[in-house]
Amino acid sequence: MSSRAVELTSQSGPPARPGAILDVRDLSVEYLLDSGIVAAVDRVSFSLGAGEFVAIVGESGCGKSTLLFAIAQLLSPPAEITGGSVLFQGRNLVGLTDSQLTAIRWKDLSVVMQSAMNALNPVKSIGAQFKDAMRAHGVNSREEIAARSAEVLRMVGIDPLHLHSYPHQLSGGMRQRSMIAMALLFTPKLVIMDEPTSALDVVAQRSLMVQIKELQQQFGFAVIFVTHDMSLVSHFSDHLMVMYAGQVAELGPTQQLFDSPAHPYTAGLMEAFPSIRGPRRPLKGIPGSPPDLARPPHGCRFAPRCPKVMDRCRAEPPGLYNVDGTQVRCVLYEGGAGRGSAS
Amino acid sequence: MTELTASPSPGPDGGPTAPGAPAVPEPGSGSAALLRAEGLTKHFKIGNTLSQRTLHAVDDVDLAVGERQIVALAGESGSGKSTIARLLAQIYRPTSGHIYFEGKPLSSIRSRADRLRYSGLVPMVFQDPFASINPVFRVSHGVQRSLKLHRPDLSKQQRQDEMLRVFDVVGLAPAADVIQRYPHELSGGQRQRVGFAQALATRPKLILADEPVSMLDVSIRIGLLNLMAELRDAAGVSILYITHDLASARYVADRLVIMYAAQIAESGPIEEVLAHPKHPYTQLLLSAVPDPRAPLGVSAETDRGEPPKVIDPTPGCRFRGRCPLAMETCQTVTPVLNPVAAGHEVACHVAQSGAEVEAF
Repeated sequence: MSSRAVELTSQSGPPARPGAILDVRDLSVEYLLDSGIVAAVDRVSFSLGAGEFVAIVGESGCGKSTLLFAIAQLLSPPAEITGGSVLFQGRNLVGLTDSQLTAIRWKDLSVVMQSAMNALNPVKSIGAQFKDAMRAHGVNSREEIAARSAEVLRMVGIDPLHLHSYPHQLSGGMRQRSMIAMALLFTPKLVIMDEPTSALDVVAQRSLMVQIKELQQQFGFAVIFVTHDMSLVSHFSDHLMVMYAGQVAELGPTQQLFDSPAHPYTAGLMEAFPSIRGPRRPLKGIPGSPPDLARPPHGCRFAPRCPKVMDRCRAEPPGLYNVDGTQVRCVLYEGGAGRGSAS
Repeated sequence: MTELTASPSPGPDGGPTAPGAPAVPEPGSGSAALLRAEGLTKHFKIGNTLSQRTLHAVDDVDLAVGERQIVALAGESGSGKSTIARLLAQIYRPTSGHIYFEGKPLSSIRSRADRLRYSGLVPMVFQDPFASINPVFRVSHGVQRSLKLHRPDLSKQQRQDEMLRVFDVVGLAPAADVIQRYPHELSGGQRQRVGFAQALATRPKLILADEPVSMLDVSIRIGLLNLMAELRDAAGVSILYITHDLASARYVADRLVIMYAAQIAESGPIEEVLAHPKHPYTQLLLSAVPDPRAPLGVSAETDRGEPPKVIDPTPGCRFRGRCPLAMETCQTVTPVLNPVAAGHEVACHVAQSGAEVEAF
């Protein structure tokens, strides 16, 4: 697996790195509401190599799910991509027609949604839904469909017997597993996951994460994993993108972000988790709440909650700075200061 | 930063105090307990007339909450923790068993006035702050109603003052401004604080908090947990904190009760239980908690089992199907809670036999 950081290219950044299967560049999404324009995703750029696992974390309303939907071209009005590109295997997904996208979906790129109960069709058996997906891609042989369906279910640790089961007959964990099985029908290059474990109990959550990681290592697909709980991905993702108010706050190798968070927001998040081990100590969390994206603060969007705020933070939006192989949107690093200045 | 375990008892100023063990002794076998449940059982009939079956939601649970104490009730979904809260709040009638509040059995409550008094002393705070507040009224509405209902002796001015006081206590400042708002104008964390303000308005002794922070963003959760610790330390309120998050339980709670399949698997002082978990299920739960501070590396053991739905159960340990240590006895004899250390009880044949339990 590549040890290189996911490269975040700023507004006029360097070209995509060779071998990247996904290159998101200056992607912006706006919700065009009667009450005004809400910039939910603001010029986000990153690239993802084959077989890499990137986690996108942030609070509710930070734009992480919107970003993911924009990458998968699943946005519907009033949300609209207003700029940027999504190069997937060298092809820009933005602007493709539905039929062009259909050819890619499931086959090269699949999406696992947050709530499998809502994503699966309640009146069709699991097997019938697998069959639909395979038929849509021209696999019509009954034997082939049956064999592959049983195979993917076994891969996620479910007895193929459950091909005849309906979603309501499965537990929450099994439903999420069958969604993942369905996503793997065609061995895609990229699997996009939107909080697939958030409805599960802690034991089921852990076992699903381990399973996703095992499958990923076995089949070599890349993963974009969206979650609000960064402790969940700490052991699983190669790279971590922390989003705040529609923008990238910090992006870099997961381990590095956990060891020495650079952005005050990332540092604050680290201070928001009580630990199950070690001494009990008081934590502060992050006071305040995220800004209203219809009226974002004039300068840095985190300024109203930031413990390190300076006068200039309120005056001008900070750029993205390179800090020891990570990208940080904070003026603390303008002069090339090292990581850890936030803590 | 101060270590919580060494934190002194809260100052008289009532200011923000670090969460930690209160300077109040653990309740003993029940006489000192504020609220005590004995043999609490709730069964639901399911199926139709031809196939009558019984779902055991809560089976023979003994539980005590002391004064100024936060007790965390933890377990997977479906383990019966919310049913216990509803039994304690008298939303459900127990199938069998007794609940004592301040030493008096709840079953002796007959009059509407007594029922009102109890629900004022033991209010609930719900999981979903988006669904538990009426969206068409200002947030002051719920508090006003509580005050009118539970404290009819207050004058209009006193009600207003009391309302401002509780909003202030839960950290919704400026209170005079916040009470004018509608729920949609508040964030999830603020709404959950309104839920606590509503509970506080009735001058409670014990708040039943059913997953009060699980719907909130991580950066907001700590603020609510700190509020719960403050309510205990400054206002002397006890809290039954229902959660599936052991890390947050450890942060605020004094005692921990682990539920599995409608029964209590293990209970005790929280640091003792987490440091020396005796029940294999507690060990499984602990091993699954994501902890960024733990050494990196995907652990090999994965438990794919799931908690059983307890329908017409047969005797035997309910965890035996998932337990790597299950013995002959576990198949046929239901384990009961027995002490293994001071105040630390476990319902496990292996642990009670004195053997070292290292299941997960």
